[in-house]
Amino acid sequence: MQARGVEFSVGLFVVAGLLALAMLALKVGNIHVLNSGETYAVTADFNDVGSLKPKAPVTVAGVRVGQVARITVDPVTYQAVVTLDILKKYRFPVDSSASIQTAGLLGEQYVSLSPGGSQRYLGNGGKIRITQSAIILEKIISQLLYSKAGQSPGHS
Amino acid sequence: MDRPKSAEPLVTVRDLAFARDSRAIFQDLNLTVARGSVTAIIGGSGTGKTTLLSLIGGRLAPARGTVEVAGEVVGGLPRKQLFALRKRMGMLFQSSALLTDLDVFENVAFPMREHTRLPEALIHHLVLMKLEMVGLRGARDLFPAELSGGMSRRVALARAIALDPMMVMYDEPFAGLDPISMGVVVKLIRELNDALDMTSIVVTHDVAETCTIADYVYLLGSGRVIAEGTPADMKKTDAPEVRQFMGGLPDGPVAFHYPAQPYLDDLMTANRS
Amino acid sequence: MNPVAWISGLGRRVIAGIGRLGRATLFLARLMPALGAALARGRLVVQQIYMTGVLTLVIVVVSGAFVGMILALQGYNTLVRYDAQSSLGLLVALSLTRELGPVLTALLFAGRAGSALTAEIGLMKATEQLDGMEMMAVDPLPRVVAPRFWAGWIAVPLLAMIFSAVGIIGAYLVAVGDLGLDGGVFWSQMQSGVSVSNDIMGGLVKSVVFGFVVSWIAVFEGYDAKPTSEGVSRATTRTVVSSSLAILGLDFIMTAFMLRGL
Repeated sequence: MQARGVEFSVGLFVVAGLLALAMLALKVGNIHVLNSGETYAVTADFNDVGSLKPKAPVTVAGVRVGQVARITVDPVTYQAVVTLDILKKYRFPVDSSASIQTAGLLGEQYVSLSPGGSQRYLGNGGKIRITQSAIILEKIISQLLYSKAGQSPGHS
Repeated sequence: MDRPKSAEPLVTVRDLAFARDSRAIFQDLNLTVARGSVTAIIGGSGTGKTTLLSLIGGRLAPARGTVEVAGEVVGGLPRKQLFALRKRMGMLFQSSALLTDLDVFENVAFPMREHTRLPEALIHHLVLMKLEMVGLRGARDLFPAELSGGMSRRVALARAIALDPMMVMYDEPFAGLDPISMGVVVKLIRELNDALDMTSIVVTHDVAETCTIADYVYLLGSGRVIAEGTPADMKKTDAPEVRQFMGGLPDGPVAFHYPAQPYLDDLMTANRS
Repeated sequence: MNPVAWISGLGRRVIAGIGRLGRATLFLARLMPALGAALARGRLVVQQIYMTGVLTLVIVVVSGAFVGMILALQGYNTLVRYDAQSSLGLLVALSLTRELGPVLTALLFAGRAGSALTAEIGLMKATEQLDGMEMMAVDPLPRVVAPRFWAGWIAVPLLAMIFSAVGIIGAYLVAVGDLGLDGGVFWSQMQSGVSVSNDIMGGLVKSVVFGFVVSWIAVFEGYDAKPTSEGVSRATTRTVVSSSLAILGLDFIMTAFMLRGL
């Protein structure tokens, strides 16, 4: 009977829909397995986080090892406190440093870690002490213009 | 009255009142349908014949009075019991109301599939038996859109008797049929009624056809029964309403004109608005 | 025009609209218990998924491919001014998964399948098929309405996922084949920027909501239609209009919540 054809095409339709979802999740979204059980949290204080946002990647040598969990302000020092969720399989020495960098000229900002040489490692709740704030393009340009402006009378 | 007292009533309507949009359709309607009979309910258009079937089938609830079918008062039944009662009633709609996405076989099988767990082979036999009764066993693979008016009404009839009901209600079964199809349906109503030991209620305005098969006739007018009796009685009576309806006279107690102010007054005030 | 009459006309429309909303809500409340019964008879639901989902598939695949290709062309044209064409894949993927996939699919579904659902149920009512079922002691809600509601609700999210996937493939073909972008960059930028939990699941949530609302409107309008040919055609129009407005309005609300990270 034609019921078989109906069932078959509906089955095919459902499979196509689920395959599309799988493609979106794996190929497009690159599913990130970052459950709380598999990460540990460390914090780092920055003078200026620029436009860093939660969920931004945390990398070492260009490879993703975690993500930014949240960004708050220390009420005493007025520094930005950035909490990083890092995958448990990566361990970092306590004297590692963190810097905020930009992917390309207009790309999103991310946190780059550079490992130190200590034998002691950061654990959950640890703190990265050496940090380098975001490079703010406008600041650099205005500093450049200032210094140019300061120099130019002397030279001419 | 003069009807045989031996037949016990299957349907009893007592002091029924019903209104739709504040327009009274029935007031103090009383009638009974004897078990095993073919009872015709005749009336002009707009006298609420179809509404009466809806009241008997429990699709509408009366404002006053009661409708009793097989000893149960239909109006106040909970849905479950109402559905149980409806399984024992068949109804033939004027439009046949066949399911357009199912073929003839499946339409007749529909009540069986919904209400029974009969094995497929038995359903097959039963459906062919019902279709054979209405002479359409050969049309089992057609779809409703491919049927003529008379054929689809016969299919609907086969479906109405699918569960061997105690009673079948016919809503204008002869409307819009050619003479041959009409003759077929007239004959089927009587034959099925007797062969399956059912009770039939036929709502119609086709007086002549109905009188050939009905055991008892009710004539409805202005919300109540204005005459009743066997077809022979009805033809003999000289009550003017009955004579007008049975003879098909355009004017009489049922006026040709819809109530209005005098024609001349109407003309004189035409440009008032 | 007389302003008083205009204001009372407006008031009358608002009152009528609220009345419709109330009737639709009551209808949904009556439909809820029928949903379980309909699901127990999966065959009816499968039949309706075929009628609504599979038959909408072609238009969804074709539209998805075109939308993806158009996005690639337009996006490239803008991004190349900032030398950011490497973000094209990201732009296309985010546009499709967050917005265009769910919204356009739901709009197409309302036009193609939603209107057909309304017309079908409305015609069944006009030709006394629903009354006939009632008299055969068959409740039309679980038998006729609920399977169609389920089918629409299930089909829309599946179609939306297909729309987005096909659109991204279409964009890829244009970007790599026609515009000369590097395929690896196209995918990697996409993967680093698209979040499964936010963007893809957010889109999925949207399409589930749209599927529910469009199916609800379609079956309600059909069931509520005046049983005449004019009534059915009006109901069909109303399904398309109210579904489209509901989709866009709900999309705005959901997007606002999602982007604020609620």
